[in-house]
Amino acid sequence: MNDNLIIRGIEFRSRLWVGTGKYKNFDETRMAIEASGADVVTVAVRRVNIIDRKSENLLDYIDPGKYKILPNTAGCYTVEDALRYARLAREAGISDLIKLEVIGDEKTLFPDTLGLLKATEILAKEGFIVLPYTNDDPIMAKRLEGAGAAAIMPLGAPIGSGLGIRNPYNLKIILETVKLPIIVDAGVGTASDAAIAMELGCDAVLINTAIAGAKDPIAMAGAMKHAVIAGRLAYKAGRIPKKLYATASTPFEGML
Amino acid sequence: MDRIPSGMRFFVFMKLIVNGEFFEASNAGTITDLLNEINIAPGQVAVEVNLSIIRKADHSTFRLHEGDKVEIVNFVGGG
Repeated sequence: MNDNLIIRGIEFRSRLWVGTGKYKNFDETRMAIEASGADVVTVAVRRVNIIDRKSENLLDYIDPGKYKILPNTAGCYTVEDALRYARLAREAGISDLIKLEVIGDEKTLFPDTLGLLKATEILAKEGFIVLPYTNDDPIMAKRLEGAGAAAIMPLGAPIGSGLGIRNPYNLKIILETVKLPIIVDAGVGTASDAAIAMELGCDAVLINTAIAGAKDPIAMAGAMKHAVIAGRLAYKAGRIPKKLYATASTPFEGML
Repeated sequence: MDRIPSGMRFFVFMKLIVNGEFFEASNAGTITDLLNEINIAPGQVAVEVNLSIIRKADHSTFRLHEGDKVEIVNFVGGG
């Protein structure tokens, strides 16, 4: 049976989404993406280098025909900047997808959720498919849903921290109360973190630093691929309840 | 005023600010001309002139003017 994630009519082959930042070079980026099995790759919008025109382009290595390009508004600290970057991304790219970030603070990179809500509302009205990067805050997730977000991307932990899923209970509440797909964005450090997010019932996981920063990014990309598949299967299979005491697996019957 | 001889017009520089840097375009009539001069393929870039996005379809007709602030962006690695 087809268990593919669908957002606003767009079907996604993989529940692992990957970023393209922090790799040593474009070859490593390409190989890691391939090993991850992802079909969504995030990118950022930045000035073209007009002095050194020999510098290569990321999209020479990532075929937009093969992967869904998800631009972000990383580095934007105001609503105005986020709107500007989102609109430029749509013009530079080929779709209405935008991973919306309005950052509140340099040290934590936590989202400025008030600005995020405002920007989500404006961009949704402009026809964007808005995927806002937000806190693991169930109330804000609901508000973003009301503002026209297409999915919610709560953090597991601060961007690049590798601290894992710090508040699984909040994520559970978001999963229960928000009708949109929930994609954990940020915080995953290793394969078990990705599996935990999926076991909770999250619809997908977006990972960048945990893969790009690993000693062997290509091997870690493969590990994340399997973790996300395993976590999803476990969620669908339905785990046993946690109990304090033992229950024998082997029958007493027939004992001497 | 005397008309500039047509053979001279390619030597008239237009001062622009491109991606935050002063840029003297030797042949910038339109955005397409500017992209050609900088050797940028128009495919996956977005262009903004004085904070307004100029759609790709309009690159060949949108005329630049002295002092215009032009931003040319593309996609780079990001999370």
